[in-house]
Amino acid sequence: MSIWTQLYENLPEVAARSGWQSIYAKFYQAWFESDRWMTYFRGLGTTLQVTVMALAIGVMLGVLVAVIRTAHDQQRVGQRNILLGIVNAVCKVYVTVIRGTPMMVQLMIMGFVIFKSSRNFTMVGALSLGINSGAYVAEIIRGGLMSLDPGQSEAGRSLGLSYLDTMRFIVIPQAFKAILPSLGNEFIVLLKDTSLISVIAGKEIVYFARAIITKTYEPMFPYLITAAMYLIMVLVFSWLQGKLERRLRQSDRR
Amino acid sequence: MIDVKNLSKSFGDHLVLDDISEHIYPGEKVVVIGPSGSGKSTFLRCLNLLEEPSKGVITFGGTVITDPKVKIDEVRQQMGMVFQHFNLFPNMTIRKNITLAPVRTGLMKQEEADYVAGTLLKRVDLLEKADAYPNQLSGGQKQRIAIVRALAMKPKVMLFDEPTSALDPEMVGEVLDVMKELAHEGMTMVVVTHEMGFAREVGSRVLFMDGGKILEQNTPKEFFANPQNERTKLFLSKVL
Repeated sequence: MSIWTQLYENLPEVAARSGWQSIYAKFYQAWFESDRWMTYFRGLGTTLQVTVMALAIGVMLGVLVAVIRTAHDQQRVGQRNILLGIVNAVCKVYVTVIRGTPMMVQLMIMGFVIFKSSRNFTMVGALSLGINSGAYVAEIIRGGLMSLDPGQSEAGRSLGLSYLDTMRFIVIPQAFKAILPSLGNEFIVLLKDTSLISVIAGKEIVYFARAIITKTYEPMFPYLITAAMYLIMVLVFSWLQGKLERRLRQSDRR
Repeated sequence: MIDVKNLSKSFGDHLVLDDISEHIYPGEKVVVIGPSGSGKSTFLRCLNLLEEPSKGVITFGGTVITDPKVKIDEVRQQMGMVFQHFNLFPNMTIRKNITLAPVRTGLMKQEEADYVAGTLLKRVDLLEKADAYPNQLSGGQKQRIAIVRALAMKPKVMLFDEPTSALDPEMVGEVLDVMKELAHEGMTMVVVTHEMGFAREVGSRVLFMDGGKILEQNTPKEFFANPQNERTKLFLSKVL
């Protein structure tokens, strides 16, 4: 028996506990009792899994939409491509609808309407979050692509490089450096939005925290622990992001 | 080599180039001068279609490049361009700046491109900067690199868009020297510039532009000694 359990067992009767003792009792029930701490980490696993999947979907969709929309806006005047025009219109509708409706409503539509027969809540959650994130990532990337000095792509094209090569080697690497802070921000939002998939029964941290509360009738510690877990994840991520930014700034040395 | 027929360009309602016809012969060094806003940069940028002409036909080496069906990337591989603000790629080393286009367009293998880059860098005395990034270079050095980068594609013609306008005065000379050397080697050049000395010394023909038209053209000697047009006289009286 661990010292935490001993400490808990030695507490006086509920009515006779002092303030600190009752706080410790609540914490013990929320964390140690029946090894509940493992439940939080199960939730954490799902959270990370959903975040990574949603991030992958979001970035792929975002890059695709941003490149289509920028390519459409930068066409040669005499060569308007009809197909590109249609795809561009689809992209515009996608961004407008996703940015114009709440994340939670999108989740419920995905979970209870479109995929109502699916039992794989985690996947549905990851998919909805990815689709949501893609719209924001697309706008961030588009902003980055447009903010770059047009002289850069002119220089690439004047050397005879194709549009795609110019994008790939010149524009995107530079734009990426410029948008990294905004992308990091979007990633943090995404990470925290995974807590919403509990509304469609996705088994992430909040879902388990709630489950624990239904057993202990004590909401304080489960929610505080949940908050602390998110905070730690965000801190670790921000630190990593800072490191990456410093590395990308290598070419700025004078 | 480059034939321009009835070229017009407007941005919205603003007519920048007004029905220009001109021919540039192989080996010529055409210097385009004129006041700001006269359309000389736009004229130059139309030659490799960085600006889409509103009207007119441009032919380069027998290819009608204003035809929308023409593969413009292949045309541009034969036309080098140097910009006022250098436009080096800050995310790459100098070597990569130079070798990217020759390798990606299939003109050379990486080793060959590296070798060519080395030779060219030696020529402009910047070999030791091969692994530096553009931000570590001075303006004059950047512009010399930009010229080298264009030359690595082995172009048939070089277009210069005010290559010395953004430089500190003491760095103008080193860039002009590279351009002069290039001229002596027989490269066909179209140069938009404010450097009258360069025009006089290197140019085989001077074009004076204002209001989107070529108002006067002549050999540099005649042009500077006996300007005919009133507008040219006024302009020269101010800049000389």
